[in-house]
Amino acid sequence: GPLWERPLLEVRLGELHTWISTCSFSPQGLLGAVQRAWSSYCAKYIHVKQGGPAGISMLLAGYCLLSYGWNYQHFKRHRWRKYH
Amino acid sequence: MLSRLVLRAAPAALRALPPPVAVGVLHATRTLHTTQQSLAPVPPLPEKGGEVRHGLIPEEFFQFLYPKTGVTGPYMLGTGLLLYLLSKEIYVVNHETAAAACILTVIIYAIKKFGADVAAFADKLNEEKLASALAMKNEAIQTLQTAIEEEKKEQWRVEGRSYLFDAKRNNIAMLLETNYRERLLTVYNEVKKRLDYQVAMQNLKRQKEQDHMIQWVEKNVVQSITPQQQKESIAKCILDLKALSKTAHAAV
Repeated sequence: GPLWERPLLEVRLGELHTWISTCSFSPQGLLGAVQRAWSSYCAKYIHVKQGGPAGISMLLAGYCLLSYGWNYQHFKRHRWRKYH
Repeated sequence: MLSRLVLRAAPAALRALPPPVAVGVLHATRTLHTTQQSLAPVPPLPEKGGEVRHGLIPEEFFQFLYPKTGVTGPYMLGTGLLLYLLSKEIYVVNHETAAAACILTVIIYAIKKFGADVAAFADKLNEEKLASALAMKNEAIQTLQTAIEEEKKEQWRVEGRSYLFDAKRNNIAMLLETNYRERLLTVYNEVKKRLDYQVAMQNLKRQKEQDHMIQWVEKNVVQSITPQQQKESIAKCILDLKALSKTAHAAV
């Protein structure tokens, strides 16, 4: 299909620039993108007859990574070595 | 703001029109359903979710790297990334690392041991819900089927209406006939009684006339017999008797 209707995973690297130029960065556009991403994640891993631990564990792992990233400046002070 | 004014004035203006025109205008300005009803029937949920390896990394990542690096590619990537993060201390090892390690161990042990049981329990709950809903649906369908059959039976019964009415008509005709015949009989009896009465009356009259006449004649005859005639008749009778006795003696 046309470029702006394909999901991000099916866009090739060479077309990424044009794809980014077609998507809307207005608040409604961003909100719509977030909503679509969340609903597709839910539909794939959570709203399933036999889901496993994968659905929530991925969300928790993402949360762990994000919070580590947000507190990185605090962690940097507790390094073991000065020179790497 | 002007639009708000217009929107507020519109109902009052509509009500000012005569009722049929107002109804027609209201129906024309209301927005109709333009989209299809897409909410029902809801498609069923997929059986299994997306494949995830080790509970954290989706299978698509492994498939993405397979053509270029084979099976061990992602694992090498993971190991390399981990060593890089540790050696450059982008990931700092601290007390939280120990806590995370303990928690993860416990969680993984719990999932491996009790996962299947919990999944079976949840599946059973789902099955029960589904079974009850299905039972309700089947029951509703069954009741409707029986209702349809009853209706068909009633329709078949309606065909017999004509027979019923014929029988009723026959009954009524019979009743009328018997009533008519009874009344005919009473009429006959009454007429016969009256005629018998007349006949008896006539007989009685004749009888009475006869009796009366006989009596009158006898009375007159007895009256007419004078004593003179009586003596003469007795003397004649004696003479006759003597003559008779003479002839009788002669015969003997």
